[in-house]
Amino acid sequence: MKSFTYERATSVQAAAKAAASVQGARFIAGGTNLLDLMKLQIETPTHLIDVNHLGLDRIEETPEGGLRIGALVRNTDLAADKRVRRDYAVLSRALVAGASGQLRNKATTGGNLLQRTRCPYFYDTRMPCNKRQPGSGCGAMQGMSRSLAILGVSDACIAQHPSDMAVAMRLLDSAVDTIDANGATRSIPIADFHLLPGDTPQRETLLKPGEMITAVTLPKPIGGAHVYRKVRDRASYAFALVSVAAVFGKDGTARFAFGGIGAKPWRVAAADAAAKQGPKAVAEAALTGARTTHHNDFKKLLVERTLASLYRQQEARA
Amino acid sequence: MKFDQPAGINPIDRGRVIGIPHDRIDGAAKVTGTAPYAYERHDAAPNAAYGWIVGSAIAKGRIAAMDLRAAEGAPGVLGVVTHANAGKLGKGSMNTAPLLGGPQIDHYEQAVALVIADTFENARDAAKLVRIDYVADAGKYDLAAESIRGVMPPDSFGSPADSKVGDFDSGFAAAAVTVDQRYTTPDHSHAMMEPHATTAAWNGDRLTLWTSNQMIDWGVGEVAKTLGIPRANVRLVSPYIGGGFGSKLFVRADAVLAALGAKRVGRPVKVAIARHQIPNNTTHRPATIQRIRIGADKHGLIDAIGHEVWSGDLPGGGPETAAMQTRLLYRGPNRMTAHRLVTLNLPEGNAMRAPGEAVGLLALEVAMDELAEACGVDPVELRIRNDVQYDPEAGPQRPFSSRKLVECLRAGADRFGWAKRNPKPGQVRDGRWLVGMGVAAAFRNNVAMKSGARIGVDGAGRVIVETDMTDIGTGSYTIIGQTAAEMLGVTLDQVTVRLGDSRFPASAGSGGQWGANSSTAGVYAAAMALRAMLAEKAGYPADQAQFDDGLVKLGNQSQTLASLAGREGLWAEDSIDFGDLDKRYAQATFGAHFCEVGVDIDTAEIRIRRMGGAFAAGRILNPKSARSQVIGAMTMGVGAALMEALDVDTRFGFFVNHDMAEYLVPVHADIPPQDVLFIEELDDKSSPMKAKGVGELGICGAGAAVANAIYNATGIRLRDYPLTIDKLLKAQAA
Ligand SMILES: Cc1cc2nc3c(=O)[nH]c(=O)nc-3n(C[C@H](O)[C@H](O)[C@H](O)COP(=O)(O)OP(=O)(O)OC[C@H]3O[C@@H](n4cnc5c(N)ncnc54)[C@H](O)[C@@H]3O)c2cc1C
Ligand code: SF4
Repeated sequence: MKSFTYERATSVQAAAKAAASVQGARFIAGGTNLLDLMKLQIETPTHLIDVNHLGLDRIEETPEGGLRIGALVRNTDLAADKRVRRDYAVLSRALVAGASGQLRNKATTGGNLLQRTRCPYFYDTRMPCNKRQPGSGCGAMQGMSRSLAILGVSDACIAQHPSDMAVAMRLLDSAVDTIDANGATRSIPIADFHLLPGDTPQRETLLKPGEMITAVTLPKPIGGAHVYRKVRDRASYAFALVSVAAVFGKDGTARFAFGGIGAKPWRVAAADAAAKQGPKAVAEAALTGARTTHHNDFKKLLVERTLASLYRQQEARA
Repeated sequence: MKFDQPAGINPIDRGRVIGIPHDRIDGAAKVTGTAPYAYERHDAAPNAAYGWIVGSAIAKGRIAAMDLRAAEGAPGVLGVVTHANAGKLGKGSMNTAPLLGGPQIDHYEQAVALVIADTFENARDAAKLVRIDYVADAGKYDLAAESIRGVMPPDSFGSPADSKVGDFDSGFAAAAVTVDQRYTTPDHSHAMMEPHATTAAWNGDRLTLWTSNQMIDWGVGEVAKTLGIPRANVRLVSPYIGGGFGSKLFVRADAVLAALGAKRVGRPVKVAIARHQIPNNTTHRPATIQRIRIGADKHGLIDAIGHEVWSGDLPGGGPETAAMQTRLLYRGPNRMTAHRLVTLNLPEGNAMRAPGEAVGLLALEVAMDELAEACGVDPVELRIRNDVQYDPEAGPQRPFSSRKLVECLRAGADRFGWAKRNPKPGQVRDGRWLVGMGVAAAFRNNVAMKSGARIGVDGAGRVIVETDMTDIGTGSYTIIGQTAAEMLGVTLDQVTVRLGDSRFPASAGSGGQWGANSSTAGVYAAAMALRAMLAEKAGYPADQAQFDDGLVKLGNQSQTLASLAGREGLWAEDSIDFGDLDKRYAQATFGAHFCEVGVDIDTAEIRIRRMGGAFAAGRILNPKSARSQVIGAMTMGVGAALMEALDVDTRFGFFVNHDMAEYLVPVHADIPPQDVLFIEELDDKSSPMKAKGVGELGICGAGAAVANAIYNATGIRLRDYPLTIDKLLKAQAA
């Protein structure tokens, strides 16, 4: 970990301003991802801006009938919120499927969206990795890639986006609210928020330098049966091999989002449109353009099987 | 004390303290954070500086140049140790690669420098500034590809690599029913809680290492040899150890580099091997390829059994002895086993909990399940039919000292409800789960090792035991206290136990599940000597004196221990020295594992629903900690069956998933209720304690029971561990 300076921001606006004016500055929220990366010098910020005390830890109802989740709301608190459990159960379920109790107590909404990949080559600074060190090559593609992505990948990088929470937020058509150094705010649809790797896997989101997440807004509830199914190598405390967030309507319609398989939380309109044709058709639509390695090609079948399992459970309930 | 004849009735048989479940006497200190571990010896070395290890970035080759200037000039840096300035170093006889590498590099993450600074952060930071130019050589990293080049390794622990009895080839060719299969197990990491850690301080030419090490006496010798100093100048202190599983049997880079660092900067230095460095810097359990052939008659009676094993290690290393149990477990006149060793340039392989058996049984006990199915015999019954009460390679003249495999199988099957198992696979459904049951035998050789202790009574009548035996979380403190209490007729709370210091008599140490039986037998020997001294002081014939309630008694006369000990106290020291009873008798521990799994009909997720086992391991000294050992080992067996694997990158020659987020071990949610039954057994040929080891038995066969249950649930036989979702799905789809 390189030496760094630290400040506790006094306001949201001041935080954004400081972030833009100090070269190499970073926000720190729960620190559960950033600090690990700093210890390994995968990230080397020169200045940390602590945004934990800015009153961004509230969940408020919006005039549109949705919820506005402050960027510093802890994963534990968000999952336990009564309104979330009632109206956005898929989000609550996705959250508790992630990490461990201790980590969720620290982890924040904004930090979770921005957590970086778990590609093991990204984590070993002696290995080539285009995301960590642009132009150095990709260690994973010809190496161990079992956990990595099969959708949205590029020749430069096949890293997966590891978040569970973000998959549910993608399903719910959330928006990410931000503020920049000039005090300008914007609301970015989550579909656009994360970038695909292309030739620049080091660029992961639309955020401009210094731009800070203030909240995630959920539109008004959509009803339906909410499920989140995470398939992994042990029963708890592991990242997804494949996860599926779904909301099933009474009329046989459904919407789906996928984790563990995409360079970003994955959702395709064609998959939702295929809902009535069953799991095979949904999987086929979702997996269009999939690009696998011989280590992770099983994920295609696992997507289909996970969907089949969800359909089976829906039928059992009906 | 020489132990060369079977034990008769002795004071341990009273069973007032021994054999009764006790809480750990060190438990409160551990859960209140007051038990000091090696990295926390601020009390002993308050002025310690911090060392951070720089690990090699290549797997094989050499260092062409090192530039230390930036690191040396970084804030707080006190010094940097490298091969160039460390002076001439020896190599411990139990290390395969030097603990400080350079200029030659033997494996990835081999230590090549130690950066010492005033704070941990400064040391870690400056370590990144060490510039190293490497010249990489091509290495060999792929066990499967290299296996054709396997050679016969030298004997390990006195056992030859190969064995042959009868005529295997003809027996196998003539058999009515045969199984011939290939199994693989991956490299495993010990993944104990406490990393390897040492605080080192020099006083003149005398070195003290507060370290985390299972084998104090070995360690002293290895440190002396590596640093080229006399044994007498080395002290190792290791009273508390946060797990080892074999990775701390040997001195590792933390100890040697802390010592070198402390010398260089002229003050104490502490070093921990960081979690992400452990898998590649330290030892691991080597991967295996195993071929098993069994030929039997149509009733399942084995006529020919063959087990071949391929594993790899660095030049000069040893094999994973995974066929050893096959020499002893089942009957059959025609037998062969063979180990072949392949040179690999991966990190150093070595012992991990139940080396040999842990992975050997993952193969053998699945092969037995396959044989049971091929013969149409129940798998429990098949094992019972093939039981043998003597060493089947040596013949009836070498009987087992005690062997209750059949009792374990019967009692275990009963308790588990084995009779309800549907022998036809893939038949039982419970909601989304396909349900199956599996069984496997547990076998682990019993080893006894010379072990010494000192025992005394102080003026207050308190009993004190000192031995360099270690407690790696197993409960050694408590069983040693129990032994002393039993021998001297006091309660456990009247005993003080001091462990893990090379100033105490050398013990067996903790390894190979020999620690409990051997170290308590050493305490027994010392206590017999002390009893004689106390009796003599009391004026009673030693063989008639009774030791009860803190008194030494003869008829209705009695004197207190305190008064006999006097103000000075009374001390005795002895060791137990084992004769050839282990040659005359085969000595081993046995058990039977049962497991019920559910496999998701769609996703192939595997969940263990129940586990149970019955075990016969001689006298169970403390049923509470013995149970903990067994359920912990069963959990580790689940890890080996379902998830544990170091992934080898065969291009760069390293283990890729080298942290605890990526190297998966079971978590609570993976482990259902576990039932453990100990079958009553006293083994009078193992030691005066009549005990055997139990710390490793629980892992032996546990994973095979899981594998067999998966087969019973699904009808899919997987033979490449770990048995993960992707493999099940692919096999289903095929
Ligand atoms: C062992 C382990 C297992 C895990 N398992 C899972 C899992 O199964 N599923 C899962 O989804 N996650 C998992 N996680 C990841 C965990 O969810 C994230 O670490 C956590 O959500 C990050 O939140 P944080 O507040 O701690 O972020 P931090 O570490 O504080 O920050 C992360 C990044 O976000 C930036 N940032 C933070 N807040 C803001 C803001 N308001 N505006 C702009 N930038 C900001 C920081 O600068 C930093 O770059 C696991 C983590 C660990 C360590
Ligand atoms: S997949 Fe991406 S993160 Fe992983 S090594 Fe390749 S470039 Fe780096």
